[in-house]
Amino acid sequence: MMAATVVAIVAQRNLFAVVVLSGVYSFLMATVLVALDAVDVAMTEASVGAGISTVLFLGALYLTKGEEMKPLHEPWLPLVVAVATGAMLIYGTLGLPAFSDPEAPIHRHVAPRYIHDGLRETGVPNLVTAVLASYRGYDTLGETIVVFTAGAGVIVLLRRWRGRKKEAKE
Amino acid sequence: MSGDLVLRVVAKLLIAFMLLFALYVQFHGDFGPGGGFQAGVIAAAAIIFYGIIYGLPAARKVVPSRVVETMVGLGVLIYAGVGVLGIVLGGNYLDYFVLSGDPVNGQHRGIFWVEAGVAVTVAGVMIKIFYMFAGRGRNGEPEA
Repeated sequence: MMAATVVAIVAQRNLFAVVVLSGVYSFLMATVLVALDAVDVAMTEASVGAGISTVLFLGALYLTKGEEMKPLHEPWLPLVVAVATGAMLIYGTLGLPAFSDPEAPIHRHVAPRYIHDGLRETGVPNLVTAVLASYRGYDTLGETIVVFTAGAGVIVLLRRWRGRKKEAKE
Repeated sequence: MSGDLVLRVVAKLLIAFMLLFALYVQFHGDFGPGGGFQAGVIAAAAIIFYGIIYGLPAARKVVPSRVVETMVGLGVLIYAGVGVLGIVLGGNYLDYFVLSGDPVNGQHRGIFWVEAGVAVTVAGVMIKIFYMFAGRGRNGEPEA
């Protein structure tokens, strides 16, 4: 189903349909994440991927034309690069431990401590929140600063553009 | 602004529940799925929804741009402030155990404020990006 959505996105020339289809794709991805027991991530995917980014795409679409331009070149080189990268990534997954293998290195490092002592040490039943905000507090601070930087970047770029427009008028 | 009566009535009904759900996700994040990031996005979505239905000027009246810009920085400051508070109270940076007499209670407090900081910044950034994009007219002239 997700593959069908991707094919439809690539084949579609109407950008409005592409935006709606990418929203559909995000919702499908969210259901996959729920099936993988990653409820927190699924929630983020549904709200950001399907909600906010769809709105932002529509806002951008309002500023441009609704139809995609005919590509100038035949897309062979990008296709080769994409297929080669995909093949390398799939080759890389062969070296990973089997899915949900309890002996995998990732399950033997800090994860047992989080699972065994997390509730006792933090008193927070949701392990994801405990790891995110407490054990990995620095990482989350970094993430928050990334979000802050993104917002600051948008403000600076669009403000400057507004100022330049004024200069051009004078 | 959308003139559709159904949309406007439904929006008015839904926005209250969206904000309530955002608060639920924020404060119930310790026990169920969710947390600051998701709550911030949902709260921002409620405001953006309002902006889409009732028009950007109406949304700007409810949540002025200056408030949004303050939120963007305030969230990071809350987060970093919790870290500094840890140092002031004799622990390490972002050390929550010292925030209260009981270590587990301290963890609770630390996580609460950190999540609040994340939610404030995320909501601020999302609303700000929406304002910025929606505020541009079709032919490149800023409308507001």
